[in-house]
Amino acid sequence: MTETLENINPKLYKKINDRQVTAQDEDEDVEDEFDEREIFDLIRNINDPEHPLTLEELNVVEQGLIELDNKANKVHVKFTPTIPHCSMATLIGLSIRVQLLRVLPSRFKVSVEITPGTHLSEAAVNKQLADKERVAAALENTHLLEVINQCIGIKCQ
Amino acid sequence: MGTLELKQTLNGHRGRVWNVCWHPKGTCLASCGEDKTIIIWGPQEPKWVIRTILTEGHSRTIREIAWSPCGNYIASASFDATTAIWDKKSGQFECNATLEGHENEVKSVSWSCSGQLLATCSRDKSVWIWEVNDDEYECAAVINAHTQDVKKVRWHPNEEIVASASYDNTVKIFKEDAADNDWSCIATLSSHTSTVWSLAWDKAGNRIATCSDDQTVKIWQEFKSGNEPGIVTVNNESVWKCVCTISGYHTRTIYDIDWCKTTGLLVTACGDDIIRIFKEDSDSDPNQPTFTMVCSMDIAHMQDVNCVQWNPTVPGQLASASDDGLIKIWFYNE
Repeated sequence: MTETLENINPKLYKKINDRQVTAQDEDEDVEDEFDEREIFDLIRNINDPEHPLTLEELNVVEQGLIELDNKANKVHVKFTPTIPHCSMATLIGLSIRVQLLRVLPSRFKVSVEITPGTHLSEAAVNKQLADKERVAAALENTHLLEVINQCIGIKCQ
Repeated sequence: MGTLELKQTLNGHRGRVWNVCWHPKGTCLASCGEDKTIIIWGPQEPKWVIRTILTEGHSRTIREIAWSPCGNYIASASFDATTAIWDKKSGQFECNATLEGHENEVKSVSWSCSGQLLATCSRDKSVWIWEVNDDEYECAAVINAHTQDVKKVRWHPNEEIVASASYDNTVKIFKEDAADNDWSCIATLSSHTSTVWSLAWDKAGNRIATCSDDQTVKIWQEFKSGNEPGIVTVNNESVWKCVCTISGYHTRTIYDIDWCKTTGLLVTACGDDIIRIFKEDSDSDPNQPTFTMVCSMDIAHMQDVNCVQWNPTVPGQLASASDDGLIKIWFYNE
């Protein structure tokens, strides 16, 4: 981690309310497909690598930037770095990808990309995040894995 | 349309299987993956069974394995930055040499047709050529021609020429210069718009098929100096041109391709879990070939297909490996 913060005073956003659990949600006989809100709930509480804040609070992830196709088994997440030269963009994207790879059924094809036009090296970061061989190699790096686990580890309130 | 018939599913690895490789005689199959083991499978009529499991050669994922042309050695490329050479001089396969030098993950390994040269490539952007002398392996060249991670190396089927595919979107071809024993890049194949994951030479070695993250397959043709269509060459060196692009079939990254030396069929492994087979049209112009998809096996695996390879001696027999942890043996019927 860098000693000095890149974005000293990030803009804060309000968290959305918890999901309302309906009677249908608890009914085991009702087939319950994934929805965007569920995917959002899986990643909104990932911690920012620099700030003691969640990706939701920094508006890095938004429910509206999640696309889900249950039939085609596709999940596409766009995330928005807080600043266009954020050096943490790859790490944040990797944390989102790892979290979804761990918790979603393996039938899902997960892609994680930077929201178009919000980062200077958008194409390079996207290419790296999409390369599963490099992601696999990264996850065998103990130090990096520790950092990612710290980001994913849900903060105790 | 032909049909692809599933003959057997081989279950032995824990986690993702990255690669499978047929013994040159087609009599057994080696596989490797993220569980850091190599499994050698052999037929025990009517099924394929585990013959040997090789462990403790590598401390990280084994990305690729390759049988030597004589069938007595296996080379394995690992994310631990080394390449191991296994032989069965003692009666069973043992790791008797470890090739070190790459700065990080070794992605691919390939033996030349003579078995006297070995090529490896790595995320450190380099391709290394190793000379084999009585079980001693000496680095003959370090080639820094690519600008990014090198994904695949493959030797020409009957000459000491090697091709490499890279994250920098290009394929490069290297040859030793007889004058100064230096390995240099004799051609750069540029046309793909994203990572080139794999490549396959045809039987004669004057065509290469490549597959990419851009969801296309490209066929490249060698034009020697004085070629009939009149393609201009410089210094008597061949020129390679993309003569065909197969697009619109694959819906995700194409991770592997193999060109059958006996049937001429092309097979691809795709991130959309599908195995596809392509055949060159019989009336196709050799300088502008056309290919038709003759088979598409939906849900060939439950996850990404990482590798496909034709059996070198049994026409139509095919092995595939996937993120779903399985290896499958198929038979293609025309």
